[in-house]
Amino acid sequence: MFRSEEMALAQLFIQPEAAYQSISELGETGTVQFRDLNEEVNAFQRKFVTEVRRCDEMERKLRYIEAEVRKDGVHIPDVRELPKAPNPREITDLEAHLEKTEGEIKELSENAVSLKSNYLGFVELRQVLEKTHAFLVEQGEINGPDVSHKLPEDAQTAGIARGRLGFVAGVINRERIPAFERMLWRISRGNVFLKQAEIEEALEDPSTGNLMNKTVFVAFYQGEQLKSRINKVCGEQLKSRINKVCAGFHASIYSCPNISQEREEMLKNVRTQIEDVTLVLNQTKDHRQRVLVGVAKELQNWTVMVRKMKAIYHTLNMFNMDVTKKCLIGECWVPVTDIPVVQKALSDVVQKALSDGSSAGGSSITSFLNVIETNENPPTFNRTNKFTRGFQNLIDSYGVASYREVNPALYTIITFPFLFAIMFGDAGHGVILFLFGLYMVADEKKYMAKKTSSEIWNIFFAGRYIVLLMGIFSIYTGFVYNDVFSKTMNIFGSSWNANSTYTDVDAHQEVQLNPSFDYAGTPYFIGVDPAWMLASNKIIFLNSFKMKLSIIFGVFHMIFGVCMSVVNYAHFRHIEDFFLLFLPQIIFLCLLFLWMVVMMFMKWIMYSADLSEMAYGSSCAPSVLIYFINMMLFSTNDHDEDCMEYMFEGQGTIQLIFVLVALLCIPVMLLGKPFYVMSTRKSQKKASGANGDVNQGMELQPESVSDIPQSAPRRDQHEEHEEPISEIFIHSAIHTIEYVLSTISHTASYLRLWALSLAHAQLSEVLWTMVLQMGFRDNYIGAIFLFLIFAAWAALTVAILVMMEGLSAFLHTLRLHWVEFMSKFYKGEGYIFQPFSFKVILQEEDEAD
Amino acid sequence: MAAAALPFIVFTALWGIVGIVAPFFVPKGPNRGVIQVVLMLTAATCWLFWLCCYMAQMNPLIGPKLEAPIIKLMAREWGHAIIMTSE
Repeated sequence: MFRSEEMALAQLFIQPEAAYQSISELGETGTVQFRDLNEEVNAFQRKFVTEVRRCDEMERKLRYIEAEVRKDGVHIPDVRELPKAPNPREITDLEAHLEKTEGEIKELSENAVSLKSNYLGFVELRQVLEKTHAFLVEQGEINGPDVSHKLPEDAQTAGIARGRLGFVAGVINRERIPAFERMLWRISRGNVFLKQAEIEEALEDPSTGNLMNKTVFVAFYQGEQLKSRINKVCGEQLKSRINKVCAGFHASIYSCPNISQEREEMLKNVRTQIEDVTLVLNQTKDHRQRVLVGVAKELQNWTVMVRKMKAIYHTLNMFNMDVTKKCLIGECWVPVTDIPVVQKALSDVVQKALSDGSSAGGSSITSFLNVIETNENPPTFNRTNKFTRGFQNLIDSYGVASYREVNPALYTIITFPFLFAIMFGDAGHGVILFLFGLYMVADEKKYMAKKTSSEIWNIFFAGRYIVLLMGIFSIYTGFVYNDVFSKTMNIFGSSWNANSTYTDVDAHQEVQLNPSFDYAGTPYFIGVDPAWMLASNKIIFLNSFKMKLSIIFGVFHMIFGVCMSVVNYAHFRHIEDFFLLFLPQIIFLCLLFLWMVVMMFMKWIMYSADLSEMAYGSSCAPSVLIYFINMMLFSTNDHDEDCMEYMFEGQGTIQLIFVLVALLCIPVMLLGKPFYVMSTRKSQKKASGANGDVNQGMELQPESVSDIPQSAPRRDQHEEHEEPISEIFIHSAIHTIEYVLSTISHTASYLRLWALSLAHAQLSEVLWTMVLQMGFRDNYIGAIFLFLIFAAWAALTVAILVMMEGLSAFLHTLRLHWVEFMSKFYKGEGYIFQPFSFKVILQEEDEAD
Repeated sequence: MAAAALPFIVFTALWGIVGIVAPFFVPKGPNRGVIQVVLMLTAATCWLFWLCCYMAQMNPLIGPKLEAPIIKLMAREWGHAIIMTSE
């Protein structure tokens, strides 16, 4: 955790027969990152393209099957144990099996569609017959009262009487009815009479499975059997027109006999047919269900297997073929500690092949691993566990650490929640945060298994340990701030006594306690005295306290960061950087800002309200900030006659020395590194016999840089990697300016600790007085009112104070770490180690789904 | 006016145990270093935090300004008798 793992570049020599198995084994361990050796080769020209294609095809089939399974609402059980990648022999089996299953399902669904459309037709016909019956009978009555009254055998006569009107019956989508009606009206100039009846139950569309509402219609038109020829022609025309319109509106037309007996006959027929079709339909459905359930059980297994297979072939595509075509060569990064694991995995494959006695006899020569030396920058790999991963992510999102650089994530584990807690200091809110973190941590196994797509939840869940620690530290800081939901606790007995007299109290609205008389002598045991939390001038006190507190922690945090750079220098053997960069930096920081911190402590200790010594009394207490500013400006402090100019004798001289030394550090930072580089280069050149005197005597001035380019080309011939000296100067100038300015701006930046913690405390107090206090009344209605008010208060507390303030404090803490802390030592120019691991690949694909 | 020895000793001892003694007893394992660092940093930060708060109040230069009802309440609840004077 302190540094990233040591990595080695290794070459793998694998027999082609054993390659597939070996890669599969390595994928299970997930310890190596393969490098692409065929980068210039286009994806279609690689060796295992056909295999990858096959996998793609299988994936497509699986997707189809899965879609079918989901359509039928069959539950796909999760597999407990993920299967290994299949053998090449199993692959063909699997392929054939998938082919078969897909064909079966396809056929089934096609059958089902045709059956369903059959069924739909019959159902519609039945509806038409049932509904039209009523119309036609009605029509008959209206049509020819004179005829039908006279003739008793009404079936025939009604038919004749009705015969004067032709009709077309059918079924149409309900939403089309108005348009349909209008259209009919138009084409027939009002000679068509449309009757309609809605079908009560919704019908299922066979191809899509959607439910549709339909309506039965009967369009009567005039003159089918009229004697007049002209009219007959018109009638024929009208009929064909109506048919056309029906087709245009996707209405299905059913032939419907005129005579009611025939109709009844037909209806009977249709009913029996419907029954038959339903039977067949149900059987098909059952069969399909059985097939799908059978498939669903295996589906997950197959998907995993195919995905693993595809990943293996993709990896194999990165390998190089040996000249003799006898073995595959791959290059990979391996953590040095994991090399035995890799070797074991490789030898296992061979062992297994031998014990199987299978055809892989040619692979009896072990595949082996060869560590090679390289100048390349290895990837950064920080081994994390579930606790540290969240913190590592915070750091990685700023920039992945350079190889073997000090990893700030280790310190972030504590400093991050702590700085957060300084801003979020309220024990009550801390408890809420803590419980939330605990809830996530306690049930983490359950939530880990249950994958959700809710992004917000995933973010919180990934940072559950951060939330937990932030909660714990917030409780501690809240306890020290003596703040529980903006109220205070008096556990250890306040140090302030109300020694005032009644007359005093009665005479004034407010009484300020005098530290000389009313103060018990020793402070409150832990944290802020409860008397302060009740006082109307508490902000004055808290301001001065929290401001100093944030500066103190800021300075220590920065010093810590600068010290971290030493560890880097020591590890990379940059001894010169230790003297030329670290020493001046730390001296500069300590002499100016640590001195300010020391002055704060001195003020706390030396000055009191004790009246015996005027010079250290409350009236003479100096402002540390003014001292600091005057120290930087070399000016003197204004002071009263009774008081001293400084806290102690000789402070002025000491400060003068401090500032001068600190200022001296700046040129060392600025010029030290470039001159060092110049001198080493020169000595190297001398050693190689080149003329090194060109620049001598010019080193004193940075301006002499302009002369360098003349000699630069020559140097470049010697060492290719060296940057020209002018750039080094510019770099160091930028670094120096940045550092000097940043010490000031970063120190000021830590004041955000004070600002946010004050804002948080004030906001929670406002919420208490403005909301909850309204509920405190002295009667029964008040009780109910309080109940409601409490709900509002609790909701606002969680939403605003815990969520919103928590988020803002989190972001500010993140900034303090990224900018103020890590800029002191962290380069973050690495790239992350991405091992070839089935677990990761499967996870990514799941997320992509 | 000065610091009382008791709180100082109690707190320094408490965080001293957490930050200096406890790291020696962390069970061996891959995470030993991490736990040690966690303990030490926790102790250091928490101790410094408490110390700042304590020292800030050690020698108060001003006193809290309290409203009259609160003073009376403090006197009653926290048991500091208000001096009865009849001037």
